[in-house]
Amino acid sequence: MDTIKDTMHKTLLMKVLWDIQKKRRYISRDDMTKIAHEFNISRMELEGVISFYHFYHRKHAGKYTIYLNNSIISKHKDYDLVKKAFENELGISIGNVTDDQMFGLFETPCIGLSDQETSALINFNAFTDLTPIKVKKIITKLKQGESIQSISKIPKNNIQYTPDDDKTVFFKKYIPGTGLKKLKKMNADQVIDLVKKSKLTGRGGAFFPTGMKWEFCKKNKADQKYIICNADEGEPGTFKDRVLMSKFPGLLLEGMAMAAYAVGATKGAIYLRAEYFYLKDKIEQRIIDFKEKGFLGKNILGIENFDFDIYVHMGAGAYVCGEETALIHSMEGKRGEPSTKEYFPVEKGFLGKPTIVNNVETLCAVPRILEMGLEKYLSIGTEATPGTKLLSVSGDCKKPGIYEIEWGIKLQEFLHLIDAKNPNFVLFNGFSGECLSPNDFDREISGENLLAEHIQFEFNDPIEYSQKMSAVGLRSGGSFMVFHKDRDLLEILKNINDFFVAESCGICVPCRTGNFLLNKKIQKIINCHADTKDINDIKEWSTIIKQSSRCGLGKSSSNCLLTAMLKFPETFQEKLTCNRDINNAFNLNKAVENYEEIVNEIETTYE
Amino acid sequence: MNNSVKIRIDGKDYQVQGGKNLVDTAKEHGIYIPTLCHFHEVNPPLGTCRICTVKVDGKTTTSCTTKVYEGMEVEINTEELIDIRKAIIEMLFSEGNHFCPTCEKSGNCDMQNLAYDMGLTTSRFPKVFSNKAVDFNAERIIMERNRCILCKRCVEEIKTEDGQNVFSFVNRGVKTHVHIDYEQEQKLSDSDALRAMNLCPVGTILVKGMIYEQPFGERKYDLLGKTKKSPTNGNGTCINEKEKFIVATTSLAGCFGCHMSLLDIDTDIIDVLEIVEFNKSPLTDIKNFSKRCHVGLVEGGCANSENVEVLKEFRKKCDILIGFGECALMGGIPAMRNFVPLKECLEEAYINGMTSEIGANIIPNHEDIPKLLNNVYPCSEIVKIDHFIPGCPPNANHIWKVVKSILLGKEFSIAHDEFKYD
Repeated sequence: MDTIKDTMHKTLLMKVLWDIQKKRRYISRDDMTKIAHEFNISRMELEGVISFYHFYHRKHAGKYTIYLNNSIISKHKDYDLVKKAFENELGISIGNVTDDQMFGLFETPCIGLSDQETSALINFNAFTDLTPIKVKKIITKLKQGESIQSISKIPKNNIQYTPDDDKTVFFKKYIPGTGLKKLKKMNADQVIDLVKKSKLTGRGGAFFPTGMKWEFCKKNKADQKYIICNADEGEPGTFKDRVLMSKFPGLLLEGMAMAAYAVGATKGAIYLRAEYFYLKDKIEQRIIDFKEKGFLGKNILGIENFDFDIYVHMGAGAYVCGEETALIHSMEGKRGEPSTKEYFPVEKGFLGKPTIVNNVETLCAVPRILEMGLEKYLSIGTEATPGTKLLSVSGDCKKPGIYEIEWGIKLQEFLHLIDAKNPNFVLFNGFSGECLSPNDFDREISGENLLAEHIQFEFNDPIEYSQKMSAVGLRSGGSFMVFHKDRDLLEILKNINDFFVAESCGICVPCRTGNFLLNKKIQKIINCHADTKDINDIKEWSTIIKQSSRCGLGKSSSNCLLTAMLKFPETFQEKLTCNRDINNAFNLNKAVENYEEIVNEIETTYE
Repeated sequence: MNNSVKIRIDGKDYQVQGGKNLVDTAKEHGIYIPTLCHFHEVNPPLGTCRICTVKVDGKTTTSCTTKVYEGMEVEINTEELIDIRKAIIEMLFSEGNHFCPTCEKSGNCDMQNLAYDMGLTTSRFPKVFSNKAVDFNAERIIMERNRCILCKRCVEEIKTEDGQNVFSFVNRGVKTHVHIDYEQEQKLSDSDALRAMNLCPVGTILVKGMIYEQPFGERKYDLLGKTKKSPTNGNGTCINEKEKFIVATTSLAGCFGCHMSLLDIDTDIIDVLEIVEFNKSPLTDIKNFSKRCHVGLVEGGCANSENVEVLKEFRKKCDILIGFGECALMGGIPAMRNFVPLKECLEEAYINGMTSEIGANIIPNHEDIPKLLNNVYPCSEIVKIDHFIPGCPPNANHIWKVVKSILLGKEFSIAHDEFKYD
């Protein structure tokens, strides 16, 4: 039975766990018993929460905990050499802690530094563009007692391109408060009307109309409402929110205040992913600045009853917490499992109250729209998608980094802009997005002529696909990874699937086991043990997983695999064998290895 | 709540009470939607098992989390949806380690009943062979995690008097499992513990001493009146010697019980011999293939390298391979050793066993002796098996009905009690 007091208390659970994790480098059984007692929950429930997140350890993780990024971009750069360098310098293999408990070396998926790979986090300080020599220097300095802060800095922004000054929305001169001050002459309904007319849609990748979301939330009557900024940015290859928050954190705060003004919320939070710990201080400082300037706190800008306060909530390493209902559960101190969508957050969200969950970029766009005016804003971009989009580019191109582009740019032109080297294969919209082949390069990056999502998976012929889809616009939450011809497509697909298997929350069997089974299938293809039945199985099983999964992770985990199979059939064909009677994946020698080992061991011991 | 709305299910219109969930609504109007995690008192609905997947207004969703509203278009029994639901149950069977013949919950098990209902014979998915420990530490409750389907019923529903959770999910993804809090479990009353056992749709939560309270045969899903005899096709057409079907049989890692069952047709075998000639088989003691066979009947799974060789030879020499009996289909009783590391098995048998000599230190190993495999495999994991006849053993008449129908290319139907395999 949760009293209001108990439920509120639980929202502090992750903060307490972080304090202990940081101080003691792990959460011991004793600590767990104490914490469970404090929060009045059973020990097992607490263990359930702790074991859900990647960055909470139950064994000592080393005074310096090193997380090396193992995403595919990192692997294409120097991951193997860097990993070996770490292992040699520390004398341990990855996944372990040194005997003196000084260093712990672990793997982690994309940390939002794809343009500066190979990268790693040491005690959540970023180290980019690593080479074996740099690794040696870093470890030596740490062993000599130098402070981590002195050898690391906040990662570069790498803003490579913005359109002409009058067409830029985000990365141009920013004077705090310019957008916010416009609220003095507007009421809540006018703000929502403006956002609706601007056709702004969720920039995290779901593209839900923002104005509509705010309107729904406003209509629901409650004694408390919340604005939550989704700064989890877990989609591999996305790092635009990192740059936005690093360069203009004030813009985000203004956006949140505007949302609060529109729907009638008085409290807000930024759910910041743990991999961006180095931005926490900057954001919190800006919140303090804004309070002093009267841009946050009570009676903002002198407007009566416009109270709004923001705090930062740190994530702890779970991609699935980027899903809005999972994010809310995580903030409530529970496991980050998505809900069944019986109620949307705008109706019943954080602590059962109407909640707005919006992406960083979406919230940053609002003050800029107010600043430049609706007419000017609508003159940029396309009819269906006005304005600009931030894309975070990485992979085989000469200029990785952030690109602010006007909606409507052709993909071919964009590839030229980023100076892609012989682009053959583009991962658009991250691991849960789609694969694009050269046949798609004539398409436009915009929201024009969109078709229902399932249609693109109903094609069996790549030529037919190109014909029917050529006019359909491409929308991405931001992630843009480009690969040249000599990259191994199957290695990339396996990396993607490994990621989803590790990040699945585990509640529903299609996603949890289905993705695991697909992983085995992909490995089978890589081993040249597969036949056409396996290809058909993949298509069939992916459809089953897609249609029966509980949340977006399961629904989109096989997107890249399916689109790759459609557009690059030769890659798969050349790996197939023709013999279907014998199951080639069953290796007799491997299956009797165990037996032979045991027999030999027993015999030699007693000699 | 008195609002009546009109909805359409599979093309037919229904007038129903608005705001109610779709599973209950469909049930009231005589339409069955299978469910596993759903039960009446649960609110909000769990939506974890995904088995009640249906299509609402063109999008797939679970019917337990959907509330009916005016003008809803529902598709329930399309071929695609039936297959999706079947696939999810198959995935559950592949994920865990399920053994109906030895399971304490057999007869009361919701998952077993659903599998029968859907006509499941074998899973299209390969077995995951996951390593899940059985937890005996709690005072009264045993957690048999090999069977857990992670439906979350116990996590959400079972609480102590002071509102603490007793069960909880631990870890993430494929490693997720249900853990029981020993301290909290002690606080539960006996009737609460029993409630937990009855709440669990599979045989995961078991209360020590209460598992066999209900005798097999009198359980929730058992049939009353099992004295019906299944029909057999008694008309044997006399065929020329040269036109007879050639059948080979073998028992790999099986107990020969299926072969015994084969012979249970007694004198009817004379009718069978009018159209069938046996080649390599224990029945004829012909040890090697001397002709190409139409059908190979395989009993038993693969436990050692010799089984694998024989099975592969069968695949080469037979046009159609039929696996019959639980051992051939999913490993059967011999596959129970998959729970125990091979080393421990061998040590128990040859070194530490009660009948081993003192100082015994040799595990039989010779180039002429087959090598044990790391796991006992179902036949379909080694070669392609064309048809499956489940049962332990399958009923004799049923085996021959299936084999004859396959040989003569006839369609056949199965009565329910022929189909109830344990």
